Amino acid sequence: MPNMSLKKNPMPEQEPQIRNKNFEEVALGYTEEQAIDEAKRCLNCKNKPCTGGCPVHIHIPAFIQKVAEGEFEEAYSIITEASSLPAVCGRVCPQESQCEQKCVRGIKGEPVAIGRLERYVADRHNAVERKKTEPPKNNGHKVAVIGSGPSGLACAGDLAKRGYSVTIFEALHLAGGVLVYGIPEFRLPKSIVASEIEGLKALGVKIETNTVIGKTISIDELQNDYGYEAVFIGSGAGLPKFMNIPGENLKGVYSANEFLTRINLMKAYKDDSTTPIQRAQRVAVVGGGNVAMDAARCAKRFGAEVYVVYRRSMDELPARREEVEHAKEEGIIFKTLTNPVAIIGDEKRNACGMTCVEMELGEPDATGRRRPVEKANSEFTLDVDCVIMALGTSPNPLIKATTEGLQTQKWGGIVADENGKTSREGIFAGGDAVTGAATVILAMGAGKTAAAAIDDYIKNKK
Amino acid sequence: MYEIIRKKTLNPFVVLMEINAPLVAKKAEPGQFIILRTDENGERIPLTIADYNRESGTITIIFQKVGATTEKLAHMEEGDSLADFVGPLGNPTATEGRKKVAVIGGGVGCAIAYPVAKKFFEQGTEVHSIIGFRNSELIILEEEFAKVSSKMKLMTDDGSRGEKGLVTDALKSFIESGEKYDEVITIGPMIMMKFVCKLTKEYGIKTIASMSPIMIDGTGMCGGCRLTVGGETKFACIDGPEFDGHKIDFDEVIARCGTYCEFERHAREETCNLFAKEVK
Repeated sequence: MPNMSLKKNPMPEQEPQIRNKNFEEVALGYTEEQAIDEAKRCLNCKNKPCTGGCPVHIHIPAFIQKVAEGEFEEAYSIITEASSLPAVCGRVCPQESQCEQKCVRGIKGEPVAIGRLERYVADRHNAVERKKTEPPKNNGHKVAVIGSGPSGLACAGDLAKRGYSVTIFEALHLAGGVLVYGIPEFRLPKSIVASEIEGLKALGVKIETNTVIGKTISIDELQNDYGYEAVFIGSGAGLPKFMNIPGENLKGVYSANEFLTRINLMKAYKDDSTTPIQRAQRVAVVGGGNVAMDAARCAKRFGAEVYVVYRRSMDELPARREEVEHAKEEGIIFKTLTNPVAIIGDEKRNACGMTCVEMELGEPDATGRRRPVEKANSEFTLDVDCVIMALGTSPNPLIKATTEGLQTQKWGGIVADENGKTSREGIFAGGDAVTGAATVILAMGAGKTAAAAIDDYIKNKK
Repeated sequence: MYEIIRKKTLNPFVVLMEINAPLVAKKAEPGQFIILRTDENGERIPLTIADYNRESGTITIIFQKVGATTEKLAHMEEGDSLADFVGPLGNPTATEGRKKVAVIGGGVGCAIAYPVAKKFFEQGTEVHSIIGFRNSELIILEEEFAKVSSKMKLMTDDGSRGEKGLVTDALKSFIESGEKYDEVITIGPMIMMKFVCKLTKEYGIKTIASMSPIMIDGTGMCGGCRLTVGGETKFACIDGPEFDGHKIDFDEVIARCGTYCEFERHAREETCNLFAKEVK
């Protein structure tokens, strides 16, 4: 008998006024009872619309049935047939616009909490000591993976399971890409990323940190001197964009990447950290995506008054609804329909204010969103001593600049077909490096697709 | 891990280390830099490559004790290992086609200016070097510069060695005496580079300045190292570190470099105190 409650089991969370002062995880996760109760809300419908909404096509009703039966390890096996990073995706996937959006229960009431169940299953699996996984039998072929973010990890994992010797090359000192330098601890604990990476190592994947492909070693060297038969580029979209307005290079103006990297990768959130970071009084975060929410919530946790400045309205915020709600609960002030035109500095070149104009929404533009138009004579100054630019990122040019014959788009993205094949023999690519900044799950999906294509390519090569 | 093969104290504030990093040594060129962390909880600091040896697989770094990390690094010994060492980053110095150049180094910047001067010398370019220090105690690489320069001038602020005055005084006298340079390369404190560029602009001599602003990843990700060159925002890590000195907005870079000055000073003092306690 299904549970016909119209509402999801609520996610236990830290209280807003407590969590906005610490960096511990906001969402605490379901208990076993809550998970089983929630799983019973699934009608196990025949045509499984949820699976169609999942970029990697997890057999969602099947795993949820196992949760309802209390067979959690079996549920985990079903998820990992399709997903490489369930504990991560259960936390950061935009389920509301993917699987849960398609859920039949959502027509009348709330959809089944698929993301929360995925997270429960993965966390439960990770909490018990893992059986020692024996690395699969080696097939004698070597593949190099560039970048250890979601696409690289997924690609490496799938290839390792197929018996390939896989080496991941990471530019930073720690593996995980955006999962470790970008997404904050309170949304995705680093111990979870670390345990996913340990899982890959158990499969025999080697990780070489401190290696910048294009600088330390070129892709041509990987192919010709190091003997890698195929190369997967998952170098992400790490180059921050700026607005090119006056005052953007004043002290106290950060890219969201720099601000978040100092806090996450360089651990400025820890009390005993030696990483310098400005302890601002009043912070403006410019932008409305998930990265803007992360930066704003981090700044709040350092005790600042925080504004999110966005040129469209609340309805157009590209961030996940849940992140926006969390940010609001934590006391972040949304200045929507507002666009910065200049940052003002004091005599020591410290940012001390931001000149903004008010906007109104006009006709829809090419993306279908209503275009913001400046209101006449609406200029005002926001009194802030720190500005964080969270305007998006573009692909890193290092690989493009050092790999001859690799075709790229005008905006820097690597040209790849639907299987990740690039213009160069034996070189595949996926994730943000191809699409521009997108989501963890899409990057992971691209990594998996490319892994299958690489397997095909090597098997059919003469 | 990256072992410290050799350590040498060059003056009370400046230390030389040769680090085992074969992959970096294989590719390194003058003008490029590395990023290191001393230990698991350390910060990432960029240092320009002072020398490299492809056969032994080592990179030489020369650094001044300014913050907590450089202080900690200075306390490490031969046989110890650094947690992280990544490179070579940035673009090499362009040296082709120059027939005669002046290399201007200031303070610990001489450590970076030297390999550039050496590369010019080895390719047959006539090199004039001007190196400046606050006082005689701080002089480094004097003999090394002498070996690769057909003309050399040593300057100190207080006149305790060489000639009393600034590097710009010496450069001006070279130029005034009729020396014609294809290019001037300047590496040292921002304020010194600013005035070298100001001088050469008056004479219309192309000048390259090496920028070492605040940086985290060194691969274009953080944007912390951005500066304005010719009205455009550039990233020192991937567009530089060397730029046309006449186009750099030095006042902006100087201000940005001071962002964490207080923090640095405090952190270094704390580190010093810690080491002092250990000694007791």
